[in-house]
Amino acid sequence: MAEHWFMLTVVGRDRAGIVAQLAQTLFRAGADFGEASMLRLGGNFTIMLMVHFPAGEHSLAESIKAVAEHLQLRVHIDPIDSHLHENEAADVVVSISGADQAGIVAGVTTRLAAVGLDILNLDSTVAGSEASPVYVMRIEGRAREGIEALEPVIAELQREGLDAVLHPVDMLIA
Amino acid sequence: MELITWPDERLRRVADVIDVFDKALREQASKLEAVMRAGPAAVGIAAPQVGWLQRLVIVDVTARKGTNNGLLILLNPEIVQWQGSVIGREGCLSVPEYTGNVVRAAELVIEAQDLYGESCRYEASGFEARVIQHELDHLDGLLFTDRIVSRRSDLFLRQGGA
Repeated sequence: MAEHWFMLTVVGRDRAGIVAQLAQTLFRAGADFGEASMLRLGGNFTIMLMVHFPAGEHSLAESIKAVAEHLQLRVHIDPIDSHLHENEAADVVVSISGADQAGIVAGVTTRLAAVGLDILNLDSTVAGSEASPVYVMRIEGRAREGIEALEPVIAELQREGLDAVLHPVDMLIA
Repeated sequence: MELITWPDERLRRVADVIDVFDKALREQASKLEAVMRAGPAAVGIAAPQVGWLQRLVIVDVTARKGTNNGLLILLNPEIVQWQGSVIGREGCLSVPEYTGNVVRAAELVIEAQDLYGESCRYEASGFEARVIQHELDHLDGLLFTDRIVSRRSDLFLRQGGA
């Protein structure tokens, strides 16, 4: 199973039936699924799906061509290594929110990376009203140099007017 | 004695009440504790996690900061009071490579019996209370995956008031 893995990236205007129709088509074509992220972003439906498809990239593209056209989806395929069963648990969550401003993601992530944060998952949204947008970002990661190393950056972000909070993840394994 | 992992159907069965408190039971409990200690950073274990379908759990959060009840070996445990709720991240020895956010009571009072059949009562809060609830679920065939409210960070953050 280590070979013939692909990352299938699918984007299209959100409409009913995208996941079911695409999944059914792939299943009938002989695909096995790995990990997936399927979510709505700004009215678009987005899919990143690990697919095991021994018949190869060209055949994978052909097998979903019709359903993609029908649902008006744009598709991109990349060969990948699978690396399943290697989930890394986050030990810290950083929550940032504040008035929407250019460069907020770049500024926050660059400074956190510089003090040892490996980002495992980032999701963000623009909340508030159109007149007064608020950027909300949540980052899960591993603090390579300890959670304390992140604290000065969080304090700096707070001084700059952002609502920045650091949460250690108190993982329970039992 | 070895850990069993999902989808072993024994993890879905309701464990039996213990009514014989003999030397064999104590030896079995000692082996169960050894399995827990061999787990990566494990802070608790329930008998069904090794296919032993009786109502016994072991909890030990002494390596954590804060007050706790020390090593707890609880037989026929029952939660008799609880209050508050918190969301925390959980994983399980029986469900490798998977974690999620679970809602648990923040504080609880538990009644149980010890390895000699004597009644005991403990108050627990915070991390220790979460571990106890996680283990008690195993006695009723429940896994933390049945209680996951989110795999992502959104709900997790609410406990911190963000």
